[in-house]
Amino acid sequence: MTDTLVPKLAQPKAVLTGSSAAADHSEGMSYLETLPRRIVTVYLPLTVILIVLLFPFYWMALTAIKPDEQLLDLDTYSPFWTWTPTFKHIYKLLFETNYPRWLWNTMMIAVAATILSIIASVLAAYAIVRLRYRGAQFVGGAIFLAYLIPPSILFIPLSTVVFQYGLFDTPFALILTYPTILIPFSTWLLMGYFKTIPFELEECALIDGASRWQILLKIVLPLAIPGLISAFIFCFTLCWNEFIYALTFISSTQNKTVPVAIVNEFVDGDIYRWGSLMAGALVGSLPLVVLYAFFVEHYVSAMTGAVKE
Amino acid sequence: MAEATLRIAEDGRQAYGLSPGLQRLSSNRNWLGAWFMLPAAAFLLLFLAYPLALGIWLSFTDARIGRAGQFIGTENYEWLWDDATFRLSVFNTILYTVVASVIKFAVGLYLALLLNHNLPLKAIIRAVVLIPFIVPTVLSAIAFWWLYDAQFSIISWSLRQLHLISSNIDFLGDPWNARWSVIFANIWRGVPFVAITLLAGLQTVPPSLYEAATIDGATRWQIFRHVTYPLLTPIIAVVMTFSVLFTFTDFQLIWTLTRGGPVNATHLMATLSYQRAIGGGYLGEGAAIATAMIPFLLAAILISWFGLQRRTWQQGESND
Repeated sequence: MTDTLVPKLAQPKAVLTGSSAAADHSEGMSYLETLPRRIVTVYLPLTVILIVLLFPFYWMALTAIKPDEQLLDLDTYSPFWTWTPTFKHIYKLLFETNYPRWLWNTMMIAVAATILSIIASVLAAYAIVRLRYRGAQFVGGAIFLAYLIPPSILFIPLSTVVFQYGLFDTPFALILTYPTILIPFSTWLLMGYFKTIPFELEECALIDGASRWQILLKIVLPLAIPGLISAFIFCFTLCWNEFIYALTFISSTQNKTVPVAIVNEFVDGDIYRWGSLMAGALVGSLPLVVLYAFFVEHYVSAMTGAVKE
Repeated sequence: MAEATLRIAEDGRQAYGLSPGLQRLSSNRNWLGAWFMLPAAAFLLLFLAYPLALGIWLSFTDARIGRAGQFIGTENYEWLWDDATFRLSVFNTILYTVVASVIKFAVGLYLALLLNHNLPLKAIIRAVVLIPFIVPTVLSAIAFWWLYDAQFSIISWSLRQLHLISSNIDFLGDPWNARWSVIFANIWRGVPFVAITLLAGLQTVPPSLYEAATIDGATRWQIFRHVTYPLLTPIIAVVMTFSVLFTFTDFQLIWTLTRGGPVNATHLMATLSYQRAIGGGYLGEGAAIATAMIPFLLAAILISWFGLQRRTWQQGESND
């Protein structure tokens, strides 16, 4: 049983690097293809798709550092490059607007909601997988169904609930409602991880007199760290991305999150707004992209793991 | 076996310990299970199950912002049934979901097959593909807004330089242009998710099957149709269910790019319900629009789930 543990825990790497034996099978038969054929059937379409996928970000970054006069005059200056980059837009964003405040709000709400959700999910997933109380199967299914309920059909009644509880226009409105999106997902993900941890380890601990609580803290959680990181990163990204609750439950400017603030506060009639708008989008995306760059494998395993289980 | 040992070990522990009451609370698995489920259950019941029921109730009332509603039966639904804007939003939502999902599936599967080749810099390429999915939708939608600008769109400019068009394309100002533009932005964001999850499925296909098929003289298409695709159907069913679900209920992309305009041409049911409920203050009517999405969602889930699962059964495979 311990044998099954190792490949599962090592799995995050597989999808991206193709390093495990099962993942990399294309090499075996690739000699059947000639290079010109590969260029036409693989490299060319792949390059086209990659350019389409990445161009909006290139354009966003380029616009953020272009001087204003180059932004709107596409004929005098080459629009695809600039030799005179400026940090004016980013400087203006960080020092003359509420942007740092919005970044801080987004970060704080995302971290708080994620931590709350992970704690609740760890307990729930462990109970469903290992305590197997009566009805655990049913609860597992119900949690999966909860994942399929989209925020778009909940925000109207939730806004009245948030108002009744006196949470309207406070960060708690979001900190307490985001877990409804995050808990189903991370519980489902963690259930998959907990299932791979051998029973024998828990039996040994039980015989040694450990309580369920100690088993969870000292045996299960340390072994499920890759799963916890995956769940944490994915939840954090979902929070950062969330829009409709933040738009509905927050009204005052200084309490807004980055996505809502950009849409509502930056869009004025100014013809030169594009520079600061793109700078705002760029700075708002960077924290997530940096986080993603560090934890690519965990991120992918979270995404595929939740689908596979 | 392992289960049984655990249970015996747990029962054994009950002989020692403190008072029977405390013992019962801390080691009976049903009680312990209830304690462990408490935080998650509290969140999900208070902020998910209760609002869901409340939403359905609100749709039968004439609630406004700041005023509790009276029960008015199906009046909201009857009113919506005759409302041309609502009908248009249903049409838009279905068009948006069907077109975007079909293309996302086709392009995503194609991209997954491309990425499954043995490429140089494989890890980096696969990581880069997912970036559109990482960046918050609103922020990339704003980049699209700039790309679709009526006057300074780089797309229009490039096409003009190539002499393919004579005047700028009004991407978001013309009803049908706006529909295709938002559909394209949605596809752009959804393809990486479909591709990477299908890639994970592709990597579980045993290489020996491909080798055997090649030795038997199968063409590339036959290998895909009779080896890859059947093995991939379970994961396709799940991925497409999620994709359809999130496309159908999409809000942020439309709200950022067009807010439902021009002349309601891109209003989805989600954006219309926001506009009526929060913008206009008619909570009951907005809730009715949101509730009207539920049957469509159930139908979409059932079609993509069972439609794709049945094929697995027909091929005589276990269905997991």
